[in-house]
Amino acid sequence: MMALFIVGLSLGLAMKFELLAPGKTIMGAQDYNATFTLHGIIMIFLIVVPGLPAVFGNFFLPILIGAKDVAFPKLNLLSWWIYIVGATIAISSQFFGDGPPDTGWTFYAPYSFKTGTNMLPAVLGAFVLGFSSIVTGLNFIVTIHRLRCPGMGWFKMPLFVWSLYGTAWIQLLATPIVGITLVMVILERTLNIGFFDPALGGDPILYQHLFWIYSHPAVYIMILPAMGVISEIIPTFSQKHIFGYKAIIISTMAIAFVGYFVWGHHMFTSGMSGTALYTFSLLTFLVAIPSAIKVFNWVATLHKASINLKTPLYWALAFMFVFMVGGLSGMALGALATDVYLHDTAFVVGHFHYIVFGGTGFAFLGAMHYWFPKMYGRMYDAQWANTGLVIMFIGFNALYAPMFYLGMIGMPRRYFDYLPQFHAANILSTMGSWVMATGFFIVLINLIRSSRNGAPAEVDPWHGKTLEWTVPSPPPVLNFDEIPTLGEDDGPYEYK
Amino acid sequence: MTDIHLHRDDEASKIGMWLFIFTELLLFGGLFIAYSIYRFKNPVAFHMAAEELDLSVGLINTIILLTSSATLAMAYTAVQLGKIGTSKILTSATIILAIVFLINKYFEWGAKFEHNLYPGSDYLMELSQGEILFFGLYFAMTGLHALHIIIGLILMFVVLSRLQNKTMTSDNNQLLENSGLYWHLVDIIWIFLFPLFYLIT
Repeated sequence: MMALFIVGLSLGLAMKFELLAPGKTIMGAQDYNATFTLHGIIMIFLIVVPGLPAVFGNFFLPILIGAKDVAFPKLNLLSWWIYIVGATIAISSQFFGDGPPDTGWTFYAPYSFKTGTNMLPAVLGAFVLGFSSIVTGLNFIVTIHRLRCPGMGWFKMPLFVWSLYGTAWIQLLATPIVGITLVMVILERTLNIGFFDPALGGDPILYQHLFWIYSHPAVYIMILPAMGVISEIIPTFSQKHIFGYKAIIISTMAIAFVGYFVWGHHMFTSGMSGTALYTFSLLTFLVAIPSAIKVFNWVATLHKASINLKTPLYWALAFMFVFMVGGLSGMALGALATDVYLHDTAFVVGHFHYIVFGGTGFAFLGAMHYWFPKMYGRMYDAQWANTGLVIMFIGFNALYAPMFYLGMIGMPRRYFDYLPQFHAANILSTMGSWVMATGFFIVLINLIRSSRNGAPAEVDPWHGKTLEWTVPSPPPVLNFDEIPTLGEDDGPYEYK
Repeated sequence: MTDIHLHRDDEASKIGMWLFIFTELLLFGGLFIAYSIYRFKNPVAFHMAAEELDLSVGLINTIILLTSSATLAMAYTAVQLGKIGTSKILTSATIILAIVFLINKYFEWGAKFEHNLYPGSDYLMELSQGEILFFGLYFAMTGLHALHIIIGLILMFVVLSRLQNKTMTSDNNQLLENSGLYWHLVDIIWIFLFPLFYLIT
């Protein structure tokens, strides 16, 4: 998966390099289209959607609720193999057939069945990956319902578990919709059925609706576990009970629920009735409230805490900064009037990457630095970790912040070329991409080196109160010798 | 790792099955949405096209499928009561009914192909847009449903072999219960497909 991420990252870097100067720099229009399509497919379907749940969920969900394993270990293995098969199919689209797909990761109809490029493997791969996602979600829901240790009531669960619970429901209830939609595209391409083909009576807008019914909740599949990670890191390094534990839970479930009903905000310019536009816009603003509640709660937890400034907390703070930039820029897109102006500009790309890369990506790296001692039984070099973080953070903002400006002065997204007046900001953005990649590789190399030669980690290096800090580092195969029991006063964040 | 004996949790696998059934309903839900939108847009053409379908084959298949649900439910009751032999007979009966359903489907589809009514055929392409969509949906939805029948058949063969080698007993029969739930789902989807395609003309 790390290898896939590096491929995706390289594609992103290649695109930024293309945009270094107007006109053709290293690739033409078709190659650029293929590059952003593959970048999207790899990053969305292979990295960000499964990332946190599959890596940290499978490892820590059972430990955090005091279980020996997930409810269906075999299904878990199955979902891993489905993932491998899906990834192979999706990536195979690059190597044979009539050229790599060029539709973007959204596979919008009617272009996705009209284009001559090799769409079938890409769509089929995404469909297969959906199964992997569903199976993981199903497994997590059953695990959380059935395998909590004695004394672990619903409101004693760590917040990362709650966020996985909300995520699992979205995975379960939204993924089938995109599954059937992708099947319809496949049928359309192979059998000429006409679901989305206006020439045969179909409606391409229906594709957009069906696609975003999944793909908007999918954004919450990406961000909820990230929020869960932050809700673990912040109280541990504040040595304090998290502020508004129940409010965070409710906001998690509210996001999972309301997140279903906002898909239309991707389609403000596609053609919908006025009533539908107002409704989707209103709901979009509503879904921002629970996110804001979480941010306020994190800040309130830090307030007057005995803060232990360590690398994971730096990541959490970096997350909060970029997440707020991303979230507030989202407000500009959720409002109808501004969205019509900003739609399909670089502003959207900036917003999206602030949330998904800045949000989920930073939380992933935060989780990596938080749980690394537990997973590998070794400490990492904190100085290098912090250096990498700072460089990456600077590069990240230099890369994506200019996109807001470019979008506002009218640069459209998904073009390999642009007008001369966009040049200066694009240079900054491209240089930012180099700085960010440098920072990322420092972080990565430091972690890989430390996993081999780091100093041995203690059982509880951060003085955390959740159950994973009670087992040895790394945990034994079945996590616990004996299933723990929580007493009345035990809880995930009971600091003295 | 291999000698780890994991505990059996029937309740968990039942919850898991129900959750899986939700996902199946949503999977078909996408097609039902497409059906309702296109029916709303093309009421007359859908009416005309539906008259092409053979009501009697649809009706027979409905009866077959409902009966098969009953036999599988009885097979589950039988195994709970420890009557393994009866359960084997009832499971086999379900399998036979499912195969008969597929044979009917084969002849029904075959007749459509003979009349040049299949997606992408030259004849169909000359009809109105609503009719093209109707037959597209008809083949996609009944095809997906038939695929589920085949998966159900595989499940029931597994159940039968477990009954045969006595690994399924009166207190270890979760696979049969889950197969039953799955089979009822296949049944329920048909209960919606049948009126939507055959009865509303």
